[in-house]
Amino acid sequence: MLVYTAKRLVLALLVAFTISVLSFSLLFLAGDPAAAIAGETATDQEIERIRTMFGFDRPIWLQYLEWVSRAIQGDFGRSYYFGMPVTELILSRIPVTLTLAGSAMAFALVVGIPMGVIAALYPNSIIDRIALTIAVCGQALPSFWFALMLIVLFGFMIPILPPSGSDSWQHFILPTIVLGYYATPSLMRLTRTGMLEVLSADYIRTARAKGLFPRTVLFKHALRNAVIPVVSVAAVEFGFMLGGSIVIETVFALHGTGYLAWESIRRADFPTVQALILVFSLFYVVLTFVSDLLNAWLDPRIRVA
Amino acid sequence: MIKSNRVGMLGASALALSLAAGAAMAGPQDNSLNIAWEREVPNISMFHNTDREGIIIAHHVWDSLIYRDPDTGEFEPLLAESWDLVDDVTIDVVIREGVLFHNGDPMTVEDVAFTFNYVANPESDMLSQQTVNWVDRAEIIDDRTVRIIAKEPTPLALLYMAGDIGIYPKDYYTEVGADGMGRAPVGTGPFKVTEVIPGTRIVFERFDDYYEGSPKGMPSIERIVQRTIPELNTQVVELASGRLDWMWRLPADQVDRLGAMPTIDVVNASTMRIGYLQFDAMGKSGDNPFTDRLVRQAVNHAIDRQSIVDNLVRGDSVVIHAACHPAQFGCIDDVTEYEYDPERARELLAEAGYPDGFETRFYGYRERPYAEAMIGYLNEVGITTDLRWGQYAATRDAIRGGDVPLAFMTWGSNSVPDIDNATPVFFGGLSDDLAMDEEVIAWLEAGGSTLDPDVRLENYTKALQKIADEAYWVPLFTYNTNYAMSSQLNWDPHPDEIPRFWLASWD
Repeated sequence: MLVYTAKRLVLALLVAFTISVLSFSLLFLAGDPAAAIAGETATDQEIERIRTMFGFDRPIWLQYLEWVSRAIQGDFGRSYYFGMPVTELILSRIPVTLTLAGSAMAFALVVGIPMGVIAALYPNSIIDRIALTIAVCGQALPSFWFALMLIVLFGFMIPILPPSGSDSWQHFILPTIVLGYYATPSLMRLTRTGMLEVLSADYIRTARAKGLFPRTVLFKHALRNAVIPVVSVAAVEFGFMLGGSIVIETVFALHGTGYLAWESIRRADFPTVQALILVFSLFYVVLTFVSDLLNAWLDPRIRVA
Repeated sequence: MIKSNRVGMLGASALALSLAAGAAMAGPQDNSLNIAWEREVPNISMFHNTDREGIIIAHHVWDSLIYRDPDTGEFEPLLAESWDLVDDVTIDVVIREGVLFHNGDPMTVEDVAFTFNYVANPESDMLSQQTVNWVDRAEIIDDRTVRIIAKEPTPLALLYMAGDIGIYPKDYYTEVGADGMGRAPVGTGPFKVTEVIPGTRIVFERFDDYYEGSPKGMPSIERIVQRTIPELNTQVVELASGRLDWMWRLPADQVDRLGAMPTIDVVNASTMRIGYLQFDAMGKSGDNPFTDRLVRQAVNHAIDRQSIVDNLVRGDSVVIHAACHPAQFGCIDDVTEYEYDPERARELLAEAGYPDGFETRFYGYRERPYAEAMIGYLNEVGITTDLRWGQYAATRDAIRGGDVPLAFMTWGSNSVPDIDNATPVFFGGLSDDLAMDEEVIAWLEAGGSTLDPDVRLENYTKALQKIADEAYWVPLFTYNTNYAMSSQLNWDPHPDEIPRFWLASWD
């Protein structure tokens, strides 16, 4: 187990490092930050002045090394646009993203797992079909379109929910549904498959033969075993939600890290984009790592492989 | 009463509608104004961002020495009581007495001199110094008078003083710096900032100690809440449901739909932005057909600009013929006009030695539908294009780097109503100049280095006429923008795209 953990950890760190190098070089290929900061009407001298002011005239590898050595100590530098420390900037935006991702995850679990269980109990029935349809729609709907439809419906036609902002818990209802719905299909289908497999297993037949309550069989014996893969998938989905709420945050004007990423990319605000990519990838790497360990702990066969 | 009226009018059939109407009352009821725009202003301190939204904030929070009446174009004293042009490079300003900053400190000559010396210092952390780098220094003459000295005669000095140099409180700014100023701004303007949640909202409250006699006047609106909503469709829903009172940059295709709602007015206004096709007339990108005047004239004849304006740009836009915005000082319209005439275009191309046309790279960065319409017109006369679509900065770099034979570009002149911010940028021999016409450069230079309006006009006229005769550009059209707002709001747009909410009021 220890060797396995160490192997996974090294792999996770390598992934994080590769991401940071790739993103750093890609950003420099994407555009000239000095020109972006200087604005539309800037002359050549103006751009040069800003280039020197921010140190963009130095070699790129030197800029990267400096960035890494400071980042390791938790100092991501100052945002070009906001003029404030990036760490402070991200910390001020993270609560919104965590709230959104947390509630969306809860929504996905609360909807996905029961739907999966019911679908598995009545396979190929009309209920199963409906659940499948909902799942397919969830995967097929572009999230920005779904978001706008909900905004028009509940913000304007039946104005019971605020369409944008992050001032109260009501503001989080629509974005939670959109972001959570996106993760529902995989959780639901995984639960369904797991339940179908488990329900036909010998020990369930035994449990039923012993005359246990159907409810006890279903929840205590079947679901517990069926949700093992769901737990690890949910961890990964949560990583996606933390990093992938860019569109949702933009549409609903939630000023979390996703929106910050979107606007920083548009403005070539390198220190902020760099730090965000690292933070997002670390979320993802850590959650994958945890789910790997969780799986290995739950299922000893994985450790050997 | 108004509320019940409105609900009655709509039939009172849906709870939804009464709720929407109720919400719409929020603005007029407490005399507040809810506005939104797309982009977050990073640091709202006026010298520390280059965003248009930042300019709007600056005009509300930091008064400058001089006010330029947006309707008449006349200069009036704002924080100054009077000013005197001592000579070509010296302006003596007597400051107004009894003006308070938002933190209660009185405004003095110290603050004025500090601000001018701060913006004049090339080492300062100010982001864009383009409209202030004419300032050499400021000196205190006595406790009412500051002398501002320019590096050279600057025709636009008063204009820049009116728009781009708000007076900062010396003591406060020295203490808190750019960062602190962005978080808790202090100025002398009609509105003070009471809350800044970066990216989410900025709250402005009417400054009750705003000085008497300001040409801006005491605002009617007591409180402005600005929210950043990046998605325009979300803004539209917020406006339609009454949570928002004002938005701008509404896309042309949404105008009719939103304008049809009884509670919403959509206003279209021309802006200072113009569109144009730029030719590489000097051959910076190597030998290309556009070094031939006949080819450039052919392209001028090939494009039906009126049709593009009528069908795509719409609104208040007009076709232009000179290389500047018609609302700018010095922008005369007495230049050669090229009518839409594809037959004539083909003749000119044949005369230039391209009877079967040619292929060219065509660059652009905004309003692709306009570019595609132009490509269609060019194809008509035999010019095929290889479209290179990119970001603004990248496209401009390509032009400056000499890679671009033909480009569809636009220019907003920093909203400055003077030709000095437009034509010289592209024909004054700087890095964006692809004509490098010695005569034109000399005329623009002469027009930009004197304060005498007659001499200026004479030189600009010569320059613009030659630019048109040589067809260095295809001047296309002016841009316009759509504002959408609650129909109870009294507010008028101005062509410089600076909404002035101190002039706004509720019915």
